[in-house]
Amino acid sequence: MELFLFIVTATLALAGALTVIGARRAIHSALALLVVLASLAVLYLLLEAQFIAVLQVIIYAGAIVVLFLFVIMLLHMATGEPGSPGPRRRQVAALGLAALFVIGLLSAVARPSTALPVVATLQPDFGSAELVGRQLFTRFLLPFELASVILLAGIIGAVVLAKGTLPVTAHPAAAEEAE
Amino acid sequence: MADFAWTIPLWPLLGWLALGLIGGRLPRPAVALIGCGSVALAFAAAIVAWVTLPEDAQVKTLFPWIATGAFAVSVRLSLDALSVVMALVVCGVGLLIHLYSIGYMAGEPGYSRYFAYLNLFIASMLLLVLAGDLLVLFVGWELVGLCSYLLIGFWFDRERAATAGRKAFLVNRIGDAGFLLGLLLLWRAFGTLDIAAILSAPPGALAGGAALAAPLLLFFGATGKSAQLPLYAWLPDAMEGPTPVSALIHAATMVTAGVYLVARLFPLFAHPPLLAAVAGVGALTAFFAATIALVEWDLKRVLAYSTISQLGYMFLALGVAAPEAGIFHLITQAFFKALLFLAAGSVMHAMAGRIDMRALGGLARPLRATMLAFLIGALALAGIPPFAGFVSKDLILERAWHAVASGGNPLLFPLGLLTAWVTAVYIARALRYTFFDPPAQSEIAPHESPPIMLWPMAALAALSIGGGLLGAHVVGAPLFEFLSPVLASPEDAGQVGITPAFFVPTLSTAAGVLGLLLGWTAYRQHRDVSLGWVGRLFRRHWYLLDLYDGVLTHAARGTARFLAGPVDLGAIDRAVNAIGALVSGGAAALRRLQTGYVRQYAAVILVGTVLVLAYWMAR
Amino acid sequence: MVPLPYYLALGAVLFSVGMTGVLIRRNALIVFMSIELMLNSVNLTFVALSRQLRSMDGQLAVFFTIVIAGVEVVVGLAIIVEIFRSRATLNLDDIDLLRG
Repeated sequence: MELFLFIVTATLALAGALTVIGARRAIHSALALLVVLASLAVLYLLLEAQFIAVLQVIIYAGAIVVLFLFVIMLLHMATGEPGSPGPRRRQVAALGLAALFVIGLLSAVARPSTALPVVATLQPDFGSAELVGRQLFTRFLLPFELASVILLAGIIGAVVLAKGTLPVTAHPAAAEEAE
Repeated sequence: MADFAWTIPLWPLLGWLALGLIGGRLPRPAVALIGCGSVALAFAAAIVAWVTLPEDAQVKTLFPWIATGAFAVSVRLSLDALSVVMALVVCGVGLLIHLYSIGYMAGEPGYSRYFAYLNLFIASMLLLVLAGDLLVLFVGWELVGLCSYLLIGFWFDRERAATAGRKAFLVNRIGDAGFLLGLLLLWRAFGTLDIAAILSAPPGALAGGAALAAPLLLFFGATGKSAQLPLYAWLPDAMEGPTPVSALIHAATMVTAGVYLVARLFPLFAHPPLLAAVAGVGALTAFFAATIALVEWDLKRVLAYSTISQLGYMFLALGVAAPEAGIFHLITQAFFKALLFLAAGSVMHAMAGRIDMRALGGLARPLRATMLAFLIGALALAGIPPFAGFVSKDLILERAWHAVASGGNPLLFPLGLLTAWVTAVYIARALRYTFFDPPAQSEIAPHESPPIMLWPMAALAALSIGGGLLGAHVVGAPLFEFLSPVLASPEDAGQVGITPAFFVPTLSTAAGVLGLLLGWTAYRQHRDVSLGWVGRLFRRHWYLLDLYDGVLTHAARGTARFLAGPVDLGAIDRAVNAIGALVSGGAAALRRLQTGYVRQYAAVILVGTVLVLAYWMAR
Repeated sequence: MVPLPYYLALGAVLFSVGMTGVLIRRNALIVFMSIELMLNSVNLTFVALSRQLRSMDGQLAVFFTIVIAGVEVVVGLAIIVEIFRSRATLNLDDIDLLRG
C-alpha cells in the first residue's frame, strides 16, 4: 500500500519537475511547481514528518508559490513570451552534464545502506510538532534566533528594494500605457 | 654616596625635553633659565659627587635593557674619580658656554631649539662619561654625534652648514663602525660589555689577535670622534655652526670623548704595539694639524686645527702610558680652547659675522676685554709658564722624552717639540692678524660684547691661568691624587738618565717663546708670508684629501654607478616588472571566466561538483 | 516499507532536473523555480535520512531550510522585479554587468 502511494506520488513529482523546467509559459511552470511541492508534502507524511509536511504546504506551497504567481502576473505583460531555451549547443552540453550528474548521484545512493544503522523502534511522536518544538528551544535555540534575524533582514531588504532606486529605462509597453 | 649625585645626567635631559616640547612658546628669558639652569643643576650634582666620592667606584643600575639569553645589558651608571672629573669639566665649561650663548644667540631665531639641542648634548656627553657599560657608552657616543650634527647644521638653510653637519655625522659613522666591531670582539672574549667586569677580568681572557684588534678598532672609533688621522676632515668644516657650539663640542667636550674612551679602557691598551700606534697617530696628527693651522685664513678654522693638534697631544700622552697627563691636558685644553673660541665669537659678534683674518685687524682698542681673553688663551696654548697649557703640555713632553729615552719611538719627542713651536707661531699669527694692524678699509665700527658674554670668558681666562695648579707637582698635583684610584700615576720622573729635571720644561718654554716672537714679528701689518712649496703642501693638507678623493670617492662613485645601472635598472627592475607582467597576464587570462552570465557560473559550479563527487566516489 | 534508496533516488533525480533547468532556461523566474526544486529535493533527502537514523536533526534542518528559502525567495523576487524595472527584460543573458 505504502509503496503504491510512493510510486504514484513520485511520478507526480517527477512529472511536475519536468514541466517546471520545460514549460513554455512561466505560469505553467509555477503551477507545476505547486504540484511538485504538494507531492513532496505527501511524501513527508509517508516519512513520519507531519510537522514538516504541514510547514511545506503552508509556507512553500501557500506563500512562496503565491509570491511567484504574483510576480509572474505582475511582469507578464512585459515579458511577452519567455525566452526560448537557447542555442542548441548549450542545451546539449547542459543535458550531458545533467546526465552525468544523475548517474553519479544514483550510483551514490544505490549502494547498500549497510553503513546506516537502523534502530528498531520509532518513538510514537516522531515528527510531531511537539518534538520539533522541543529541539528548537533547546539545542537549536541559537539558529532559531538567528533565523528570526534573517527574516527581519529579508523583510527590510525587500522593502528597500521595492522602493526602487535604479533608474528606469523606458519600455515600449509601459511607454504606451503612460500615453 | 649622596643620591643627588646620581641625577647628574637627569637635569639636562629634562631641560631638553622641556625646551623641545614647549620651548617655542616660552619667552626667551624662560628658555635661557631652563637651558642654563639644568646645566647648573647638573654641575651642582657633579660637585656633590666629587665631594662625597668614596674610594671605590660606585655603580648604580638603572634598569635592565637587553636580556636575551646570552647577551644581557643593563643601563648602568658608574661614578669614580675619572668620570667625576669629566662630568665636572663638561658641566662646568658647559655652563659657562650656555651663559655666553644667551648673549651670542640673542637675536637669532631658533633660540629654544638651540638650547634644547645644547642641553641634549650635555646630557648625552654625561651619559657617555658616566656609563658603566660599553653599550651604554656607545649610546652616549652616538647621541653626541647626533647633537653635533644638529648643532653644526643649526642654520640648516645654509648649504654649507647642512653639508658640514652631514659630513661630520658620516665621518663619525665610519669610526663608529670600527667601534662596533671592537665591541663585538670584546663581547666575544669577555661575555659582557660591563666596563668594570672587562677591566677586572683575568689577563688571558682577551688573547691573540683579538687582544690587538679590539682596542685598535675602538681606537679607530676614537679617531673619528676626536678628529685624528685619518678621520679628521669633519672638524674644520664643523665651524659652520654657531661659535659657542664650536667652543663646547669641538674644543672642550665631545671631541675629547675619544681620549676619555682610551683612558677608561687603558688596561686593554697595555701592549706595546697598541701604545705605539696610539702615540704615533697622536704625534703625527698634532704636527700635521699645526702645519695646516699656519696657513689658514679663517680664524675659527685655525682654532679647529689647533684643537685637532692638541687632541693629538692627548693621544700622545696616552700612548706613552701617561693617561693621567692626557686627562690633565684635556682639562686645560677645555679651558683655554673654549676661551679662544668664545673670544673668536666675540670678534664675530662685533664684526657682523666676519671671521676671515684678512678682513680683521685693529680690534685691540675697541675690543679690549676680548683681546685680553684671546691673549691669555694664546699664551696658554703656546705653553708659556705659568699658564695652564704649559703645565699640561710640558708634562706630556716630559713623559714623551722619558719614553724615548727608555727605548721608545725616537720621533715622538722631536715631533712634540716641533709641534709646540709651530703652535706658538700660528697662534701669534692669529692674534696679530685679528686684533692689531688695522686693515686698509673697515666700514664696521666694532663694539665690545655684552657682559653676559664677557663674564664666562673671564672665568675661563682665570682657569687658563690658574688651572695648571691642578697637576703641578710643586703643589702636590691634586688632580693626580684624585685620579689615582683609576689611573695609576707614576711619581714625578724628575731625573731621566743624565738629563736634569728642568731639561724638558726649558726646551718647551723656549719653543713657545721663540714661536710667539717669530709669529708676532713675521706677520705684522697683515703681511702674508709665503712659504713657497711648503706652504702649498700645508694648504693641500699634505695632499691627504686628494688621496681620499682618488682612492675612496672615485671607487665609491664607480661602484654606485655600476649598481644603479646594470644591477638595479637592468636586473632587478626587469625581474620585478616581469612579476607584474605575469600577474597582469594571468589576470587577463582568468578574466575571461567572468562573463557576467549567471548561468555560466552555475554551470561551472556544477562541473566542480561533479569532479568532487567523482573523487569521493573513487575513494 | 519503502526502502530508503528509493527516496534518495527520487531526491537525486529531482535535484538533477532542477539543475538542468538552471542551465537551460533563460527566464529568470523559471531559473529561480528550478532552484527551489533543488532545495526541495534536498529537503526530501534530509527527511528520509532523518527517519532512517531515528533522529530529529534532519527535520530540524528542513525546518530551517524552509525558513531561509522563504526569505531567499522574497529578496530574490524583489531583486528580479527591480532588475526588470530598470532593464525591462527577464532574460538572464541580457544581464551581464558584472562582466570582467
